[in-house]
Amino acid sequence: MKLRYLEERIFKILIIFSVFLVMTSLVIIIGAVLFKGGNVLIHNPRVLITAPGPRYLLGGEGGFLHAILGSIYMVIPATLIAGVIGFGVALFLQSDYSNSRISGFIRTSLDILWGTPSIVYGIFMLTVLIFIQQRGCLLAGISVLILLELPIITRYADEAIKAVPNELKDSAYSVGATRYETSRIVGKYALPGIAAGILIGMGRGIGDAASVIFTSGAGSVMPSGLFESATALPILIFQQASSCYPSVREHAYAAAFSLVLIVGILNLVSRLLVRKFSKYVMRGK
Amino acid sequence: MRRIELRLIKENISAKTMLILALLISGFFIAIFATLTLKSYLVISNYSLKELIFSSNWDPERYSFGFFPAIVGTIYVTLVSMIIAAPIGILSAIYISEYATSRRKTFISSFIDILAGIPSVVFGVCALLVLVPFVSGYLGPALGIETTGMCVFTAGIVLAVMVLPIIISLSAEALNALPIELRDACLSLGTTKWETIKGVLLKGASPGIFSAILLGFGRAFGETMAVAMVIGGKNQIPSSIFSGGQTLPSLIVSSFGEMMSIPIEQSALIFIALQLFLIVTFFNLLAKYINTRLRKRWYL
Repeated sequence: MKLRYLEERIFKILIIFSVFLVMTSLVIIIGAVLFKGGNVLIHNPRVLITAPGPRYLLGGEGGFLHAILGSIYMVIPATLIAGVIGFGVALFLQSDYSNSRISGFIRTSLDILWGTPSIVYGIFMLTVLIFIQQRGCLLAGISVLILLELPIITRYADEAIKAVPNELKDSAYSVGATRYETSRIVGKYALPGIAAGILIGMGRGIGDAASVIFTSGAGSVMPSGLFESATALPILIFQQASSCYPSVREHAYAAAFSLVLIVGILNLVSRLLVRKFSKYVMRGK
Repeated sequence: MRRIELRLIKENISAKTMLILALLISGFFIAIFATLTLKSYLVISNYSLKELIFSSNWDPERYSFGFFPAIVGTIYVTLVSMIIAAPIGILSAIYISEYATSRRKTFISSFIDILAGIPSVVFGVCALLVLVPFVSGYLGPALGIETTGMCVFTAGIVLAVMVLPIIISLSAEALNALPIELRDACLSLGTTKWETIKGVLLKGASPGIFSAILLGFGRAFGETMAVAMVIGGKNQIPSSIFSGGQTLPSLIVSSFGEMMSIPIEQSALIFIALQLFLIVTFFNLLAKYINTRLRKRWYL
């Protein structure tokens, strides 16, 4: 009889201990980045807004403005394009444009694409680049990020549209709306979920290094055009973090700090957007 | 009359565009598979598969491509990470779905969302800052092992932290989906809470939990950057979990510089990407299949 209660006790302790471990690991990660990176940034905030010098990765002068700009130039167009395509495909999957067999097939391929390691996308894009005999450039970086973000955004939008009550669709049809017009109403109702999905996709895109490191050129110059080499924050962090020059490593901590900050802001914005867009959603059901 | 026509034209165009876009997405899957196969044909046709997989000699300049050390390294790292992440993840999921009050539930879930959103290079940087000095300075000496800290064990821990959010959120979802009557019926028979969880809930949610572990496995298997930063990049079969090694994805990254110059090495690295793609796809499909069975079982 006693043994049962003992077992209950032990496992309760184990459960709380493992939750504690998970929380601590997050605190350690955030703490280490904020402390180390913040330290560097407080002493030398100019690294954020200076262009890199000629020997930047070898401990030369300069900052990592090129990586911040490169990240922005790659992620924003990629997210916009992936968002539009993903929204369209999600509407296609949910509304009466397709039948359940086609939808099931497309959903399965989306799930597979979602799980595909980002390095596979990188290598795929690289093979395409080799085939068309083009060096790594900003445009290739944008395209690979579209590929990476598309499945995530589409699946989130899909789930959001699935949650729209059927009555809404039925009443739109009953007053004679076409499928296109109905989709617009349904899409508005699902807007909070879709916005969250787009921002999650964007967060994934801005933090991913393995896909863009092969395709965007990864040089240390300012991005100057669609067909010129560009680099992104995660690539820079990867190149700098294991450098043997301490000053270069410090820049990696500062870059990691900025990256965490950007991802954190995206997370916050997605929560705010969800609240803002939920004005289209019926309440009090 | 014109207004109606315009509406119908819009309707038609939208239907066509969406169909094309949707087919395009499925097309990506086929395109990736086809391109990678085509490009790795050079290495598959020149070497036997057995030679590629079981030879441990990776020396692109002498045209020998043995993936064995990287394969062993990948298996080690993934196993270490899953041994750490699976129990902790499942226990945390039990806390979230069974023990936590609803306020704590939201609090912990948002913590886990943040953890899931952290980029993988940041995990790598933190591991270099915290974990590597810890393993080489405290854990190694405490166990009487000489280690630089850049080792399979460190990489395994980093991956474990990275896959925890996936395992926790999917397992908690599977547990939450179980009907509340199951819990009530058990408790009314006089079982303790843990006995209910152990005997009934974990069994009921086992397909969901299993598929969560498989998805986490797929993620750990294909993760590149964080691993490449902490594993040490030695192309050898790791002698213990405290020695450096190489995984399949990190091999691609570390050989990337030379990759452009030798076509057959390029092909060999693309072959690695193909392997990753196929293995991860297999695990994801398996996870999806198991999850569908769970849903059928509980009429969800």
